[in-house]
Amino acid sequence: MNEKNTMKINFLSLSQNETFARTVIAAFCLPLNPSLSELNEIKTAVSEAVTNAVVHAYPDCAGEIEMTAETADRKLHIEIADKGVGIENLEEAMEPFYTTRPDEERSGMGFTVMQTFMEDVKIVSEVNKGTRVIMNKTIAIK
Amino acid sequence: MEIKYKNSSGVLIVYLSGELDEYAAGISRTVFDKLLDDNLNAKKVVFDISGLSFMDSTGIGMLIGRYKKLKNFGIPVFIAGASNGVEKVIELSGLYHIMPKY
Repeated sequence: MNEKNTMKINFLSLSQNETFARTVIAAFCLPLNPSLSELNEIKTAVSEAVTNAVVHAYPDCAGEIEMTAETADRKLHIEIADKGVGIENLEEAMEPFYTTRPDEERSGMGFTVMQTFMEDVKIVSEVNKGTRVIMNKTIAIK
Repeated sequence: MEIKYKNSSGVLIVYLSGELDEYAAGISRTVFDKLLDDNLNAKKVVFDISGLSFMDSTGIGMLIGRYKKLKNFGIPVFIAGASNGVEKVIELSGLYHIMPKY
């Protein structure tokens, strides 16, 4: 049984910080002894959420991204939040292959990857206020 | 991410290694396109991604972009060597329907 642990980091919405965010979340959940597959799924989901903030939340400038995480027993809770432009039509944005930037070779798979790799994903967004991605995953007992 | 290639008997094999995310895609797209432009005589192209330790959906977008470019020249594209983690993202995207496993 793992006791509760929390962490919080803030970083700029620069694409090179995606590796940083992935590495931090991987290190943070290591005490839960995730499998390589689980670890990869968590890292990929975080990468998708951070990419969204880098590309869409702050299209013309570098803004602040906050990543918080909590582990309690076998459960991992992650929140990735920005104070960017927000998402106008959340339902549309979450459809597989939907992208506002097809010209930039965007696959539109970000939310689908998050939903597939995590147990549950919730998005809270307000135009010109920002977006918060909330994800949970239970790490299996080995 | 590192990109290397080998062109032998009309088969262009492009080896991608490292991590393919938004950052890597941004800095390597030009190099990737240049090497494809230099090898448009290829009969087929194989993206060997066995060296990729990580790829997210930005990587899918990047590979589809290169596929579209080669398709314009009638060159078929294949994918080889995806690790378990990378394979999950590829299968989710349906990428193998347009770029079969090699």
